[in-house]
Amino acid sequence: MTETLQRPAPAARAGRVRLGLAPAPFLAPGMIYLIVFMAVPVGLLAFYTFFERGRFGGIVFEFTLDNWVKLFEPLYLGVILQSIALAGIVTLLALLIGYPMAYAIAGLSPKWRTVALVAVVLPFWTNFLIRTYAWILLLNNAGWVNQWLQGLGITDAPISMLYTPQAIVVGLLYMYLPLMVLPLYASLQQLDPSLREAATNLGATPWRAFRTVTFPLSLPGALTGCIFVFVPAMSNFVIPELIGGGKTIMIGNLVRDQFFEARDWPFGATLALLLTIFLVLVIVVQSAVSRRLTEGPRRG
Amino acid sequence: MTTAPLLRVDGIRAVYGDTVALHGISLDIAHNEFFALLGPSGCGKTTLLRSIAGFETPAEGRIEVDGEDLLRMPAHKRPVNMMFQSYALFPHMSVEKNVAYGLESDGVGRAEIRSRVAEVMDVVGLGALAKRRPGQLSGGQRQRVALARAIVKRPKLLLLDEPLSALDRQVRSSMQLELKRLQHEVGLTFVVVTHDQEEAMSMADRIAVLRDGRLEQLATPQELYANPASRFVASFIGTANLLDGTATATGVEVPGFGVVDAAHALRAGSPATAVVRPEDVELSTDAATGLSGTVVDTYFLGGASTISIEVPGITAPILATVHGASRVARGDAVGVRFARAAAVARGAGAASVTGDAAATASADPATADAAQEEVSA
Amino acid sequence: MADSTASVTNPSTTAMRELDPTARPRAVRKPRGILVPLWLGYVFLYLPILIVVVMSFNDSENLFVWRGFSLRWYPELFTDEAIMQGLVNTLVVATGATAIATVLGTLLAYGIAHYTRGGLIRAFAIAPAILPDLLLGIGLLTLFSLLTVTLGLHSVIIAHGVFATAFVTAIVLARMANLDPSLEEASRDLGAGPVRTFVRVTLPQLAPGIVAGALLAFTLSIDEFVIAFFTTAPTQPTLPIVIYSMVRFGVTPEVNALASLLLLVSIVTVIAAQRLTRLTGTPK
Repeated sequence: MTETLQRPAPAARAGRVRLGLAPAPFLAPGMIYLIVFMAVPVGLLAFYTFFERGRFGGIVFEFTLDNWVKLFEPLYLGVILQSIALAGIVTLLALLIGYPMAYAIAGLSPKWRTVALVAVVLPFWTNFLIRTYAWILLLNNAGWVNQWLQGLGITDAPISMLYTPQAIVVGLLYMYLPLMVLPLYASLQQLDPSLREAATNLGATPWRAFRTVTFPLSLPGALTGCIFVFVPAMSNFVIPELIGGGKTIMIGNLVRDQFFEARDWPFGATLALLLTIFLVLVIVVQSAVSRRLTEGPRRG
Repeated sequence: MTTAPLLRVDGIRAVYGDTVALHGISLDIAHNEFFALLGPSGCGKTTLLRSIAGFETPAEGRIEVDGEDLLRMPAHKRPVNMMFQSYALFPHMSVEKNVAYGLESDGVGRAEIRSRVAEVMDVVGLGALAKRRPGQLSGGQRQRVALARAIVKRPKLLLLDEPLSALDRQVRSSMQLELKRLQHEVGLTFVVVTHDQEEAMSMADRIAVLRDGRLEQLATPQELYANPASRFVASFIGTANLLDGTATATGVEVPGFGVVDAAHALRAGSPATAVVRPEDVELSTDAATGLSGTVVDTYFLGGASTISIEVPGITAPILATVHGASRVARGDAVGVRFARAAAVARGAGAASVTGDAAATASADPATADAAQEEVSA
Repeated sequence: MADSTASVTNPSTTAMRELDPTARPRAVRKPRGILVPLWLGYVFLYLPILIVVVMSFNDSENLFVWRGFSLRWYPELFTDEAIMQGLVNTLVVATGATAIATVLGTLLAYGIAHYTRGGLIRAFAIAPAILPDLLLGIGLLTLFSLLTVTLGLHSVIIAHGVFATAFVTAIVLARMANLDPSLEEASRDLGAGPVRTFVRVTLPQLAPGIVAGALLAFTLSIDEFVIAFFTTAPTQPTLPIVIYSMVRFGVTPEVNALASLLLLVSIVTVIAAQRLTRLTGTPK
């Protein structure tokens, strides 16, 4: 009788049998480090926003909502709105320039795709101050762009480009363009090519196939790219200072000034937290939109 | 068939870099035919299908539908619709929107779109799922959506790329019948690409067997099975005992074994292979009649059993199929007789498998598939 | 033989799928014009860098006038004390932060992959990579001042360790996802204990991911400005901070030479990391 044969019981597959090492030695060091040096500092900042400033920096532990109210003073509100506007313009331009780039890269053969991607990312790995400085060389009144423009006879006198809001936009765009191209590329590349073929096969012109299939399906990548560009663009304070000449102030400059010049740490913390709340909101919206765009698992 | 064919493929050659995917394929497909392009992977069948759809540009040749030159039309203007292997359903659109997509592309009026979509959804039995997204459907349901989307435009030709390969086995066999029923019901011409000979055999009116970019044989399933045109077709369609030898006036002389009777038109003395289907192998417990062999193994398969028999002189065991359970056991001596055999030439095609034992060669695609299946399982 | 018999009755065994997309020849040609925006994008991305590199070989003191080829700025660079001190500081910081991040990140990644369900701990460990650097910078500054920690290179090392750990964790986790878990089970099955399995089987498998993560952490730390700006002492600037003050208070052509050298280092590192991840990529 086969039933009498001894058979090993099938292994329970509910969860893999653990390796036998305790989790604590693996998780604890890193978690403690990150709690102490990330969670605590951020929590501390949040805490500071509800207290008064010390006279020479630091904090006086008297509860107040003044820091949050102060955000709505015209002076600061203006800077906040200006930051949003500048970062928004940068994001839009990055999308307009980055989308065709990502689309072109996704259409390359696998070999060239890697090369093209590395070429997009490489500038991102060069020092960001140096990339900013390069634009000073280009945009200065005596700089190379003006020399070329005059050489070509387009203008007689140098156009002042450096130290303008437009220069800030160019600088930020230059800084964060790769961050737009990468997620866009990823979403375009993982699109099943047969989806576009199916659209064509069903009689859609190439433009209609792009508009109704490729583009909507790449929107999650576009949204991710927008976050990647918008968030750091908004908190950057070096480019407004170096390329914008400190004339156009963004939230980042304000935060820096609160810590190093005005010595109003609680308000600086409030501004930084505002940035972070903004970031969280944008991410929540993004993931909600992405989910709506492609409901359920993307298969077939 | 005396009427003009619906699809005429004439001398299609497709080249990619250094490899030739299709070496001048020509074939005609009639109106309302259920036609299958069958072959192992890499045989060029998908390339041919995609050339018809307009996703590949062949280097030479013509493709005509109703006398119209297809290759001059861009893919989106061809009167041909395709069901993709992956189904390629638009994940961001509801089932309904997916099905309506082709009609919208053609600028069909809204009311007509609605009625035609509703109609075709009923045909495939998806009426209740119109508002769902593809991600919320089962594999079988997705396949129906893909089908509905492809037939709603009433194309002259419906191309199906491995339509059943993404389904699991139970769903697959019921879908085979379903596709066949649908084809009658909607009265379209179907061209199916498949690597699965059983699928092709059970559904198609005619099958074109492709191998390495060449057309090996174009015939009805019955004809392919009974009278394969080549050793490859014999081994690819169904299971066969392949006995390599030399053609004689009455059959094939297999070295160390004797002459297997088979009608053929081969020149005597040319290399030939006798093809014996397992059900044409007759066994007797009396080892004295005909040839004698020893049972190596028996496999009980429900309605039938397969028995493998070692016959002296033949390298690979002979397979025989009998009804019900086997009445012989391993080690038994049995008499073997071939009730019917076909003979095919052993040409250049067979050269690639020389060195392999005959029956191993026949098992080749199946072994590879089985291995593949195991890996993916 | 058994296989051929099986195929008679079992249709699923004959199902070999033609799913390999690379086997499929390229479809109908796309228009070439699609590459124009890509090339324009590259011009935008590389023109400023090119200018800097070219000007690093300029003989003139003037940043906007080309006078002739010269290598004079390169040796001059190495005699500039501020730059050299900045470089040393940066290397110290990057080394320290990378060491912390490599150890913590690898352990975290392993722990997360093996002992956690759901994504909470994973999200927490990777959060510093997404958190605005400004927030992390002032947060740490606040913490250090509250604890009255003197600022210096050690505080920058700690600060850089935070985001570097996140990057190492992310990369090692990605590597881990490609590993076959049965390798560890096989090791256990063959009689190796948990520690031996970890050291002899798991770690070597993870090594390429760990090295790539460490390289990334090092590169990021070298380039990092904002967090260092808030957490270092004015007397101990890292190289980016030195560059920042040079750009702010008057540029000399030395900066061009320095920029070109840093560019070279970045390129070499990126290519090395790329090679490394590809060479030892996904095990098939």
